[in-house]
Amino acid sequence: MQAFTCIYLLPPAGHCVKHRRHVHDANAVFKALADPGRRRLLDRLHARSGQTLNELCAPMDMARQSVAQHLAQLEAANLVSTRWRGREKLHYLNVVPLQEIYDRWIRKFERPRLAALHGLKRRLEGSKDG
Amino acid sequence: MASDEFVYVIYIAATPDAVWTALLDGEFTRRYWDHDNVSDWRPGSPWEHRRVDAAGTADIVGTVVEADPPKRLVLTWANPEDKARPDRHSRVTFEIEPVAEMVRLTITHEQLDADMRRKVASGWPRVVSSLKSLLETGRPLQTWAGPVPVNHEPVAAKGEPR
Repeated sequence: MQAFTCIYLLPPAGHCVKHRRHVHDANAVFKALADPGRRRLLDRLHARSGQTLNELCAPMDMARQSVAQHLAQLEAANLVSTRWRGREKLHYLNVVPLQEIYDRWIRKFERPRLAALHGLKRRLEGSKDG
Repeated sequence: MASDEFVYVIYIAATPDAVWTALLDGEFTRRYWDHDNVSDWRPGSPWEHRRVDAAGTADIVGTVVEADPPKRLVLTWANPEDKARPDRHSRVTFEIEPVAEMVRLTITHEQLDADMRRKVASGWPRVVSSLKSLLETGRPLQTWAGPVPVNHEPVAAKGEPR
């Protein structure tokens, strides 16, 4: 897990700290989210965390290599965390960056009004998960 | 089946020692977690996650399994009524690794039953975001404070919009 992650963390020689932190900032998160396939992977990890690449590939209409690349991008954005169990690499949904976006963009602005609107939307659409 | 566990990762611009202290020092935890973490932090010792009120009620209790400052801390984690039931304790591992001039804090919470799983699913992201804010800016997030107006409470309680 460490070595895999470090590919994205260690900058080319000479790059400044600011560049190095890029991978942890909101840009990387928003870019990672700007793809329906990657969002689907996050949904599937939300439904069941701790899945292998093979498990994640099974129901996706996507080449194994594409799924692996999407997972790498999600991991670089810190939206997916991983751990090894024996020879299996398990993938987990890491919602911490989403929490940071929530704190930055939602909580401090319009939380009460948003909560009311969200409730209204749920009632009107009859949706359980908004 | 691996779905009874969570692995949370956060990067914090701080030293491993600062993060270690922030996890264990009650004076510190009360600022971003709204609780005091209390123990002598020796393997085998009990630890408690106590409210910051006069009564100091423990909301979570457990045992220190491993403590290797400032790198690795393993705790068991349980509701107070399950204190004497080790079979009902979940397990939390904190790993602190320096990455460039930052720290990667990984929190793995395993052996969760459905009830505890629900409790900690949204709890850890809020805790670690607030911890990061406190360490990097000197200010915690107003995560636990700041009451939502009463008429909106039911909506927020069902599941905060994400």
